Amino acid sequence: MRIEDVFAAEYGRAVSVLVRVFGDIDVAEEAVQDAFTEAVRRWPAAGLPPSPAGWIITTARNRAVDRLRREAARADKYAQAALTHAEAEPVEEGAVPDERLRLIFTCCHPALARATQVALTLRLLGGLSTTEIAAAFLVPEPTMAQRIVRAKNKIRDAGIPYRVPQDADLPARLSGVLSVLYLIFNEGYEASTGEHLVRDDLCGEAIRLTRALAGLMPDEPEVWGLLALLLLSHSRRAARTTPDGSLVLLADQDRSRWDPALIAEGQEIVRRCLRRNQPGPYQIQAAIQAVHSDAPTDWAQVKALYDQLLAVTPTPVVALNRAVAVAEVDGPAAGLALVEALDLPTFGLFHAIRADLLARVGRTGEAAEAYSAAIELTGNGPEREFLRRKLGVCVRRG
Amino acid sequence: MKHYLLSIYQPDGPTPPPDVLDGIVKQLDALNADLKAAGAWVFAGGLHPPSTATVLRARDGDTVVTDGPYAEGKEHLGGFTIITAPDLDAALAWGGRLADAVAPLPVEVRPFSG
Repeated sequence: MRIEDVFAAEYGRAVSVLVRVFGDIDVAEEAVQDAFTEAVRRWPAAGLPPSPAGWIITTARNRAVDRLRREAARADKYAQAALTHAEAEPVEEGAVPDERLRLIFTCCHPALARATQVALTLRLLGGLSTTEIAAAFLVPEPTMAQRIVRAKNKIRDAGIPYRVPQDADLPARLSGVLSVLYLIFNEGYEASTGEHLVRDDLCGEAIRLTRALAGLMPDEPEVWGLLALLLLSHSRRAARTTPDGSLVLLADQDRSRWDPALIAEGQEIVRRCLRRNQPGPYQIQAAIQAVHSDAPTDWAQVKALYDQLLAVTPTPVVALNRAVAVAEVDGPAAGLALVEALDLPTFGLFHAIRADLLARVGRTGEAAEAYSAAIELTGNGPEREFLRRKLGVCVRRG
Repeated sequence: MKHYLLSIYQPDGPTPPPDVLDGIVKQLDALNADLKAAGAWVFAGGLHPPSTATVLRARDGDTVVTDGPYAEGKEHLGGFTIITAPDLDAALAWGGRLADAVAPLPVEVRPFSG
């Protein structure tokens, strides 16, 4: 195991433990970063310690105590209080499973803006640098730095508690946590701009955090639903682009390049969810992806699942996706009729799907217009290239 | 324990008719009684309309007095409650009851510094 792997796997847990002990996010983060700096210096020569996670947590704790003691010498009342607290509660070296969960719920507290929740989760649990987070969300680095500092200050000053909410609040809070993890994954799965379709690091991070959440809350079916959805989507990453980086649609993908281990795990989770029979939006979406993972796609089943999803989450985007399934089962004209009834003028995928259906019913002129509208709306390089090629086909035909 | 300010923002204009106001006052009284019973109550009060406000500003050793309120707006602070609470969730729970009492007016929850 390399130090980078230990960092990816243990950073969030170490920060969580230290936040609990010292009650201060900044103290925790600095101490954990110090500990990893120390590890980089020592481990290459001394070898990995028997429990790298325990070593990091213990070292970070000692560093934080040293730091606070120095500050306490300057009669800092706050540091002294924190120090007393720290010494009263020694850190266990083993796994402390619910610490990360507390931190996820703190980062995703409804008193913080959704964009901030995502950034803070990536920062504290994913160990991503402010530079990386700013790049992923396309904002200037100082803006992101300010957003994170403001969020940490609000947690401290407003007294946002560091705990998993009570049972009564849990469903509402959990849905915020799940949507933050899904947003992180989606930003990686289909980067909103840039020349790469997929950002593997963000997808991997979202899966790792969701896996941790599922391990910590094994009785919440929607957590498993989200995990399965992410695993099944991620299983196709190698086939989603050609070697030169252009986009390949699901129907045209080389299935031999799909990851069989991720598919098997995702499908097994979906089967377990079905046995439980408490379907929620993430479980239904996971079930749809599970159907796509079996060759060939059973479109009637996909359509039935979208009917179910539309009943649970009646949004125009779900209706749009359902229309695609309807087009496969009942023909492009039936799908097009549904798409035409939707009002999503600023959504690129709406125009792309409409264009595809128009082309399939032979209305190539209108299809070309719709492709142009879709091209206008996408900031992603490979996606734009794909749409341009489709537009070219329409123009030649029409 | 932290102190939190729960403030109510209300649109400028006439006072609501008694049949609306009476219900609100009754709910606020009940909330204050519960806050006191829980040891969370510090202070609460309603304010006269913003047209009664006066703004003071020190300038070159003088105090300039102007007819208020300070900020132009369609909504102004209408009243507030100061509570003690262990954390934001507890403060939001009380704030939620206040918002319920004065619905649909918004309630802003802010921690005191220090």
